[in-house]
Amino acid sequence: MELQQGIFILMGLAMIIAAVLAMHVKDLISSIIAVGVVSLFASILYLLMQAPDVAMTEAAIGAGLSTLIFLYALHKTKDVEEEND
Amino acid sequence: MNITTIVHITGFALILIGFWGMLTQKNMIKIILGLAIVETGVQLVMVAFGFIDGRTAPILDSAVELSKASSLIVDPVPQALVLTAIVIGVAVNALMLTFVIRLYQQKKSLSINDYKDLKW
Amino acid sequence: MIKRLIPLLLVISLFFILLKVATNVAPNYDLTGVAKTYAEQGASDLGAMNLVTAIVVTYRGLDTLGEVTVLFMAGTGIALLLRRKKKKNDSGIKNRAASEILKTGSKLLVPIITMFGAYIFINGHLSPGGGFQGGAAIASAVMLMFLADSSFKINHKVFVLIESFSGIFYVLIGVLGLVILGADNFLDNRILPLGTFGTILSAGTIPLIYTLVGLKVGTELASILDNMKGELE
Repeated sequence: MELQQGIFILMGLAMIIAAVLAMHVKDLISSIIAVGVVSLFASILYLLMQAPDVAMTEAAIGAGLSTLIFLYALHKTKDVEEEND
Repeated sequence: MNITTIVHITGFALILIGFWGMLTQKNMIKIILGLAIVETGVQLVMVAFGFIDGRTAPILDSAVELSKASSLIVDPVPQALVLTAIVIGVAVNALMLTFVIRLYQQKKSLSINDYKDLKW
Repeated sequence: MIKRLIPLLLVISLFFILLKVATNVAPNYDLTGVAKTYAEQGASDLGAMNLVTAIVVTYRGLDTLGEVTVLFMAGTGIALLLRRKKKKNDSGIKNRAASEILKTGSKLLVPIITMFGAYIFINGHLSPGGGFQGGAAIASAVMLMFLADSSFKINHKVFVLIESFSGIFYVLIGVLGLVILGADNFLDNRILPLGTFGTILSAGTIPLIYTLVGLKVGTELASILDNMKGELE
């Protein structure tokens, strides 16, 4: 029982640190990756909380697809070329 | 300290961090990232409401005796709710990022301070 | 600094609200109410091993239909706002080509990931997983193809066709419940026989509906990715 609680506390601390980093760092790519890390740890917590369905969804969508969508959006808002309608 | 409380504290901390980020950040992509953190926190809190220590997942395989199922499994209802909330969340985030891309194409800026057209 | 003070006040007030929740919630020791009913009667009522699937597809089937609609609306909005312009400048920034390992590895992995996604949503009523997870796995395969080859294009006609027909059949199966079993049986899974508990052809229409949901979610997420990616090169 003690070990289980310790794992949960460590995971929670890692998630909070990653979330603070995501909001604090200036570099947007690091920020996006930090949010992906929060999602990945959340997926492990779901698995430990006996919710395998939610863990699968969070790992595939929250940590995988969502990160790539953010990166694509960042790429699209970085180009210097002129683009008019 | 039981596990439900630990996960609740983690989820509430994530909600507060994301909320603070949404209110103070100037970059619009950062604001959406703050909302993504809030979503993760809310989903964690909801799954933790259904968690019961020492029980197994709500899948009625050989590990769960059918007649005693209600005393062996965790609450499946919050899990079903969170499952759909995650998929909705990523679609809504993508839609908001699309608005950001369109705004950027108009004014070439990501800072929320440059969009004052509706400010009175 | 009034601009800093107001967010601080809001966050502090939210902190006290959440503190009230955190200190007042006792951990559960037993299932109560509707969850107890689902746990006791889910297996004999619907014949699904995975209770989460039973809730998502049948007990709360209308919510899932609404959620798939929200996903469809979001995908349509993204496609509308980021629609392609036919004429494109060639002097834009050039993308770095993917490495040889990524190219070869993706050729090997994409069929396996797609097959695994199909396995996840066909077995949704027996094991963890289902339409949403399987759809996300299929979208991940498309994502891998995008990463390996930046000029890769999905076939929009086929994707739109799959998405539309899975949505139509989903609603039709729901309406079939109204026709066969009478009023207030929309999306009921018992229009097909329940079969043997624990085999793949069991639980009535749950595998059918989750396959349709998986195809729909997979194609929709892939379309969202494709629109967000746009013309990168």
